[in-house]
Amino acid sequence: MAAEMIATEAQGPRRARADDTAIGMDTVRRGWPMVLRYLLLAFVAAMVLLPVYTTLVAALKPGGKVLDRPFVPEHLTLQVFRDAWTEGRLGRYLLNSTVVAVVITTTQLVTSVLAAYAFAFLRFPLKTFWFAVFLSTLLVPLETTLVVNRRTVDSLGWLNTYQGLAVPFLATAFGTFLMRQVFMQIPKELREAAEMDGLGHLGFLREVALPLVRPTLGALALFSFLASWNQYLWPNLITTEEDMNTVQTGLRLLNSSVPDIERFNVPIAGTIIAALPIALVLIAFQRQLVRGLTAGAVKG
Amino acid sequence: MSRRLREWSLAFAMLAPSVVVLVAFVLYPLVRAIWLGRQRCDALANCYRTNGWQQYIDVAQSREFQHALWVTVKFALLTVPAGVALGLGLAVLADRQLRGFRFFRTVFSSTVATSVAVASLMWLFLLQPSRGVLANIDWLNSLFPVLKSPGLLNDPGTALTSVAVSSIWANLGFTFIVVTAGLQSIPRELQESAYVDGAGPWRRFTNVTVPMLSPTLVFVAVVLTSRAFQAYGEIDLLTNGGPVPQDSTTTITYLIYGSSSIAKSDAGLQSSVAVLLFVVLLIVSGLQLRGLGKRVHYGS
Amino acid sequence: MVRLDSITKIFDGVTAVDDVSLEVADHDFMILLGPSGCGKSTLLRIVAGLEMPTSGDVIIGDTRVNDIEPKRRDVAMVFQSYALYPHKTVRANIEFPLKVRKVDKATRAAEAEHAAEALGLTEYLGRKPGQLSGGQRQRVALARAIVRRPAVFCMDEPLSNLDAKLRSETRAELVALHQRLDSTFLYVTHDQVEAMTMGSHVAVMSRGRLEQVGSPSEVYAKPASVFVAQFIGTPPMNILPAGLVEPGDVLVGVRPEHLGVDDASPVRGRVTLVEHLGHETLVHLRVGETPVVVRTQADAAAPVVGAEVGLDVPAMHRHRFDAVSGRRIDT
Repeated sequence: MAAEMIATEAQGPRRARADDTAIGMDTVRRGWPMVLRYLLLAFVAAMVLLPVYTTLVAALKPGGKVLDRPFVPEHLTLQVFRDAWTEGRLGRYLLNSTVVAVVITTTQLVTSVLAAYAFAFLRFPLKTFWFAVFLSTLLVPLETTLVVNRRTVDSLGWLNTYQGLAVPFLATAFGTFLMRQVFMQIPKELREAAEMDGLGHLGFLREVALPLVRPTLGALALFSFLASWNQYLWPNLITTEEDMNTVQTGLRLLNSSVPDIERFNVPIAGTIIAALPIALVLIAFQRQLVRGLTAGAVKG
Repeated sequence: MSRRLREWSLAFAMLAPSVVVLVAFVLYPLVRAIWLGRQRCDALANCYRTNGWQQYIDVAQSREFQHALWVTVKFALLTVPAGVALGLGLAVLADRQLRGFRFFRTVFSSTVATSVAVASLMWLFLLQPSRGVLANIDWLNSLFPVLKSPGLLNDPGTALTSVAVSSIWANLGFTFIVVTAGLQSIPRELQESAYVDGAGPWRRFTNVTVPMLSPTLVFVAVVLTSRAFQAYGEIDLLTNGGPVPQDSTTTITYLIYGSSSIAKSDAGLQSSVAVLLFVVLLIVSGLQLRGLGKRVHYGS
Repeated sequence: MVRLDSITKIFDGVTAVDDVSLEVADHDFMILLGPSGCGKSTLLRIVAGLEMPTSGDVIIGDTRVNDIEPKRRDVAMVFQSYALYPHKTVRANIEFPLKVRKVDKATRAAEAEHAAEALGLTEYLGRKPGQLSGGQRQRVALARAIVRRPAVFCMDEPLSNLDAKLRSETRAELVALHQRLDSTFLYVTHDQVEAMTMGSHVAVMSRGRLEQVGSPSEVYAKPASVFVAQFIGTPPMNILPAGLVEPGDVLVGVRPEHLGVDDASPVRGRVTLVEHLGHETLVHLRVGETPVVVRTQADAAAPVVGAEVGLDVPAMHRHRFDAVSGRRIDT
């Protein structure tokens, strides 16, 4: 991350890694163990792909034909997708999800970066106390807060609004700690040089600190976006008007509203449509994803 | 204003947005919920005091809560060890020396792109009794009649396990990515030295790979456990807490928010269960970190 | 002109700087010299404005600058690790102080090129710090400081990260730079060779206190304390125990080049090591418990290891120090 950028030595020879051969050294190349390994992996891979595959195939067939031979792609048509889109009002729900996710992500980035900067570079009284306040919020499970949050949002008149959907998530202690960690890797002398050059704190943040932590910022952004997009419980709680559903709760609605057997694969097609945007985003931002997920894992 | 005071004001200005949101939507709700948990409310949100603090004891001792707690614990026991083992095993098997490892890695990571809603609906489609894929495969049906009647999700014996399977599937992506990244940080020299000492693949796995991975594995276990304890979406979509009357899949979270839960319109009851959930999670995380923490080996 | 009045700095109960008063004249090259932990860097940072003194005043020009932040003190700083912005090009690094002060683009570019040319960096302007060698990076740090034309240049051990050959080349360049610019240089180092060859004045510090201030030759010829006497000069001055050469509580110091061998002398020592350096010979002796080094001509006959010899301690080259305080006694 930032440290890699700051340590500006030329790269040495590529360091060998454990997953180069986690199990077999150079001995296990052919023979039974290898075949077994492939079989096992192939089997598990098939199991993992099974739900996706069947869903995809089912969504491409007209409703009545889905169960005839569920694994064989035949009678393909895109009509079901079109129906899912219109009946499921997926266009509107995708818009809702996107708006909320964008709002939450950008706001989280701003609040986390600001708070992290204060913790990393500024001196102020009771720093440990404030740190503990942030830390304590990590202990409280989301489900415990939502009962009261719903009442709060209701009293503000924000049920069924974008603000209502976004507001409990505009700040995050996890994001703050992540950014703080990476800010602290910036050498102190760089801050002092900037001070000598005449930069105040905000200038330093803008000109030096942020550019140096861009990779982590990207990871946090992706992580926030994902978390917000995938939310289920909160949108469920505060949307009563059909219009304001997000994609996730919209799916639920679609699923419970289609009764007859001829059209029961409409919700299934809806599921595929709902899954696509995120799949594409993740493929595009793989590296940031790994960075974000492992932020807490290595070295405790 | 002196330099010091200026720095303090800047710091507080930078912390303020996060603090306001976190206090208003995390800390305040917790405190308020603790207070609300002493009351009973009706569907119109009029609340009145009942037994005060005694209510917590009553709820904690109630049949519904105990049952939900038991279901939640069972769910965690089903999903966490299996999830960790699966992620670990696959990450180790799909290492770089294997031809086609990239394909396997992509497949195993792919479920990270699914949201709870998407994953659950995909599995619903597979597991439904009348319109589900598995139920309509005749030879499968003759082996496992439960598939069709009453259906895996409707049979009290198999419902929870089925939900667990969908959850393990959905979490596989996350687990796989994190463990794979952890593997990459183990220096190869350790494996090589064990190899030279004569250790076979299995012994190298247990004596080198697993210990060096322990911080990562603990991290994954902790995350999976809190996800298990907070499971809601999958239950809402797959079983609605049922099948009744056994309520085989009513977890604590479902007890709070589920549409067919008895606490649904009573904010007071909801709050008391929500606070109890907080306490349970604290205890569980504490136990985990202590118990697993002892087995973690840091430093390399 | 920089003046420090009774500066004290205490960190968490540790006194880093203890009541130091120092005056640096305009256009002077003042060296703060001392071992690590003596407080010289802290003092420098106080002048730059990166630390605030616990007590005492900092005056630059005729202004008391204690409460003034670095950017308004007209001070530039070159850090030991250079502190270049890794994500900006060399040109952007050099222009940066001007950019912050909202100097217009054309002037900025001109000044930057001027500074780069002065330091031989013109062909590197488009590169990033990561692509430069240590010596080049150091020059970029200098260019960035020059471009502001500050009244005071603060430098914190700028040569310590360079290899020996580069170090001596850069020493000469820095002295030349000082001649060309109209600024006061305030330079921190632990290397006495740098101090002696570069500075017009040397301030020797030890454990937070100022031991002596003077020109290099003054500090060499008349060290104000045992510490200074032993810190300056290689090999260091020999300090003979009290009572050996002169009566009373007086430590006598003599530089190695002023000692001679004299069999008639009552001061006796045993030879432990003889080093032939080519241009001179160093004879190591033990006088009682005290190690002593004598510097002699290369072609003079050198005593044998193990031999007992007499030591000639000429009176006019003796430095006398109080045995208790370590301060110089002038008769």
